[in-house]
Amino acid sequence: MDSKVKQTDTLIVLRADNLGRSVRDKVLVADASFEVHKGETLVIVGPSGSGKSSLLRLLNRLDEPTTGTVYLDNVDYRQIAPRELRRRVGMVTQRPFLFPGTVADNLRFGPRQRGQDLTETRIEELLASVGLAGYGSRGVANLSGGEAQRVSFARTLANSPEILLLDEPTSALDDDSKHGVEVLVAEIGREHGIPCVLVTHDVAQAARLGQRVLMLEAGRIVRNGTVEEVLGA
Amino acid sequence: MLKTLFHGQLQLGLAQAVVAGVAALLVVLMGRQRGVHLEKELASAMVRGLVQIIAVGSILLLLLRGPNWTSVFLLIVMIVAAGATSARRAKGMPQAFQVSTWAIASGAGSVIAVMTLLGVIDTPITTLVPVGSMLIANAMNTNGLALNRFRADVLAHVGEIETALALGADAKSSVAPYVQVAFEASLIPAIDSLRSLGIVWIPGLMAGMLLSGARPVYAAIYQFVVLAMIFAGSGLTSLVSTLLMRTRVMSRAEQLILRPGA
Repeated sequence: MDSKVKQTDTLIVLRADNLGRSVRDKVLVADASFEVHKGETLVIVGPSGSGKSSLLRLLNRLDEPTTGTVYLDNVDYRQIAPRELRRRVGMVTQRPFLFPGTVADNLRFGPRQRGQDLTETRIEELLASVGLAGYGSRGVANLSGGEAQRVSFARTLANSPEILLLDEPTSALDDDSKHGVEVLVAEIGREHGIPCVLVTHDVAQAARLGQRVLMLEAGRIVRNGTVEEVLGA
Repeated sequence: MLKTLFHGQLQLGLAQAVVAGVAALLVVLMGRQRGVHLEKELASAMVRGLVQIIAVGSILLLLLRGPNWTSVFLLIVMIVAAGATSARRAKGMPQAFQVSTWAIASGAGSVIAVMTLLGVIDTPITTLVPVGSMLIANAMNTNGLALNRFRADVLAHVGEIETALALGADAKSSVAPYVQVAFEASLIPAIDSLRSLGIVWIPGLMAGMLLSGARPVYAAIYQFVVLAMIFAGSGLTSLVSTLLMRTRVMSRAEQLILRPGA
């Protein structure tokens, strides 16, 4: 019994415990408790304004929880320096917000914050992993929406995160680019073994990419289970 | 023309104020035609400005015979008032009043103090207060510009700033580009004033010195001295202000506090 509990604990990368945030008496997220296991993609679905993005922003402490906390590898994340926490909990947003310069400059950004420099080989590896081999010297102004989003993925992966938070990463893309990014998300889980927490309003996408699903309504988790249990897929 | 109609100095002054006010009102009406509504702000600013300058003029008249230390009291009051005025240009900025007051006090205040100690500014109240007020007023404008620009830039780049934070950047470096731009932009008027001195404008101080019998060359040099002090005071104010703002828009956990609707 003990060994089973221990084994489950080692599989948990991130655990939200009674997590909540209220701003001026408005409840954005309340009593959110869940776990993210090694290698899985947990999808958060819910109607607009249900608190999906607000919940995601609490997981890398871009916003401060007003109740509860998050454990990263069983350590309360308030005990981890915010910069280190955000390196370990990577985030890709709906819009890529690339910094002016080249694709390689963007990939170097994260490691440079810690005084590290990416080698050309590593940059090429990262770009190849998102299907953009040879793009390093390109200016970001000339990229398509799908390419820019892939660069955003590579830039986050350059920080060697232990978990990825994806906030509607395909909602601003056309169908072709959307499919490409979905394949990329699946590969990140499969090949890099990095667990993902994906926020989406697209139930079909949730069924395609998720192993487990959280459904949010008015900031509260109303369902938590497998894709079949929550979405009936 | 007005002088033939009004013989008393007070009546003449009020008539001149009305004419100048009408000119400002015309600009407001032109702006209104283009959908820019400044009526309320200008009306309150004009009435307030007129009342304030008359009140301060009267107080100065009383203080002229007082000891020199009263200048310090007056300048402190001016600094606090300047802090409150320029803080209004930064709605939503956390602790804008404290930031502005500290910045103006350490920028304009320190230049006034050092220049007075070195003898560049004379200690009699009739010199120290008017010259000091010029430094404080310009520091206030510079601070208002810096706050306004910084606030606008941060609000327009929330995505970029939070992306940098999410990638492990520290709070300071994630807003550094906007601090730099705000600092540079806030100093444009002060630099332009120095650059155009004597060509585009002949400031009132120099005209006053000439009228009171000072030698023209000394009046001109002193005007440069005042403008250089204004630049130093404004520059220091903006520097302190932008550095303080940088820390105020972020929480201790390096989260961006200043956000649309926040």
